[in-house]
Amino acid sequence: MAEERINAEQVAHVAGLAKLEFTPDQLETFTGQLEKIIGMFEELSTVDTEGVPVTSRVTDRHNALREDVAVKSDERAALLANAPETANGLIKVPAIIDESGDGE
Amino acid sequence: MDFFNQDLTSLHSDLVAKKLSAEELTKATFANLKQTDAKIDSFLNLNEDAALAAAKALDAKGINAENVLAGIPVGVKDNIVTKDLTTTAASKMLENFVPVYNATVVDKMTQNDMIIVGKTNMDEFAMGGSTENSAFKVTKNPWDVSRVPGGSSGGSAAAVAAGIVPVAYGSDTGGSIRQPASFNGIVGMKPTYGRVSRWGLIAFGSSLDQIGPMTRTVKDNAAALNLIAGNDVHDGTSSEREVPDFTAGLTGDIKGMKIALPKEYMDDGIDPKVREVIKAAVKQFEDLGATVEEVSLPHSRYGVSAYYIIASSEASSNLQRFDGIRYGFRAKDVKNLEDVYVRSRSEGFGDEVKRRIMLGTFSLSAGYYDAYFHKAGQVRTMIINDFNKAFEDYDLIIGPTAPTPAFKIGDEISDPITMYMNDVLTIPVNLAGLPGMSIPAGFADGMPVGLQLIGKSFDESTLYKAGYAFEQATDFHQATPDLGGQH
Repeated sequence: MAEERINAEQVAHVAGLAKLEFTPDQLETFTGQLEKIIGMFEELSTVDTEGVPVTSRVTDRHNALREDVAVKSDERAALLANAPETANGLIKVPAIIDESGDGE
Repeated sequence: MDFFNQDLTSLHSDLVAKKLSAEELTKATFANLKQTDAKIDSFLNLNEDAALAAAKALDAKGINAENVLAGIPVGVKDNIVTKDLTTTAASKMLENFVPVYNATVVDKMTQNDMIIVGKTNMDEFAMGGSTENSAFKVTKNPWDVSRVPGGSSGGSAAAVAAGIVPVAYGSDTGGSIRQPASFNGIVGMKPTYGRVSRWGLIAFGSSLDQIGPMTRTVKDNAAALNLIAGNDVHDGTSSEREVPDFTAGLTGDIKGMKIALPKEYMDDGIDPKVREVIKAAVKQFEDLGATVEEVSLPHSRYGVSAYYIIASSEASSNLQRFDGIRYGFRAKDVKNLEDVYVRSRSEGFGDEVKRRIMLGTFSLSAGYYDAYFHKAGQVRTMIINDFNKAFEDYDLIIGPTAPTPAFKIGDEISDPITMYMNDVLTIPVNLAGLPGMSIPAGFADGMPVGLQLIGKSFDESTLYKAGYAFEQATDFHQATPDLGGQH
């Protein structure tokens, strides 16, 4: 496992990947907490898992196939009622890029 | 009216005999709820008008004498979506979210004439073990309102323990039904992964999540699982196996049953008073004619680490959908699309949810995937192998549900690792996808202590059979909290 567990710079990088932002104070708190939790995770490095397969699901099913049948939906108004902002029956979002931003 | 003196069978016979109408029962439930919930804050949203209308319609139609759940008031955890009834998952992110469809389990409740009373409080997005992570309110333990009800299904557990509803449904990803059941002295079942449809359960850890019932007695619990179990075309992981009648094997006779007690579940990390309760339970099972022998689950001690990597990774992926665009919270005064994502998520999620998203994103990120996510998946296999080995020789595994009784509100919330260790005895069961149930087994310092029963895959019936025999031989399930002398 990694020698250095995690520092504030890495936490900020991970926050970027997760689309989260933190104030400097929050970043410090989170770095300390994540350092401890990831430190706990390191006990796993003591387990000999050579040749052990990974389990990623525990369902007793493999494929669940069904006919692809189109059904009508009349929930447009109810769906749009949950949108934060709408215009002309559509969901409204801000410009992808504006002059002051660095939108990707 | 409260539900301390009547189980489902008794309520059902009153409803069928018309000693009680569904409308009267519903009205009495809301009257009690308003009085009792002022002390414990177990509900987030009430469904009063629709519940009364449904009860009246049911009285007009007539109670089906074959359906023990007809007309019964039920609480639903707020991460299970309910059409036209606000569903928040106790998050600011979903504060005003009104689902356009019902979860499959909710459809089954309404189709079978259960009366939905409201949505119960929880840790935000089911992440936590105390219900203190709710964005809206802190639920109190009815046995001692200075203590937590456990979590994340703390509202469902407290509502049942306080006699507000006879049945509530919760969800369990790492112990979120069983640990609060233990803390509140009630019965909580986490079914086998795939036994119950997850359609409409707001996803946390998709390879771990299951919905299950919380009740005051084992038999009520079995009836409440009968209702929701079974394959669903909307959930490709729900099993096509036949669902037995879980109330069928409740005879009280468990002579010859072979029970295992893992030594790791009784080590120094467990409160000595909890261990005493479990030792007495072991003796009780022996008196009932079962054999109880010590076994080892050597990799269970790695469960917490493996779980917090796997569950957080799955959560970080599942929670990407909350982006402030189509539904949910959107931050004000955003300049561009990136701003909508980042600010909405940063302002809409609470700290514990952010911690899990960060842990998951880290565990899955370039350079760390092999050491963390891949390794955790391998350790998960070893934990499953430990269980499989034990089940070669035993019908059932027992142990404590949680290392301690309910702790004080505020005691653990600032220390994530201490909070995570609450789940040390329940997590391995989720990692292996097995059924697990907590039943009342005694008290430590006046607070309830739960006994956990762990079964073979899809063998909930043996858990109910053993739990029922234990319950018949003891009276712990009959104890009720006094809520400060009000009852």
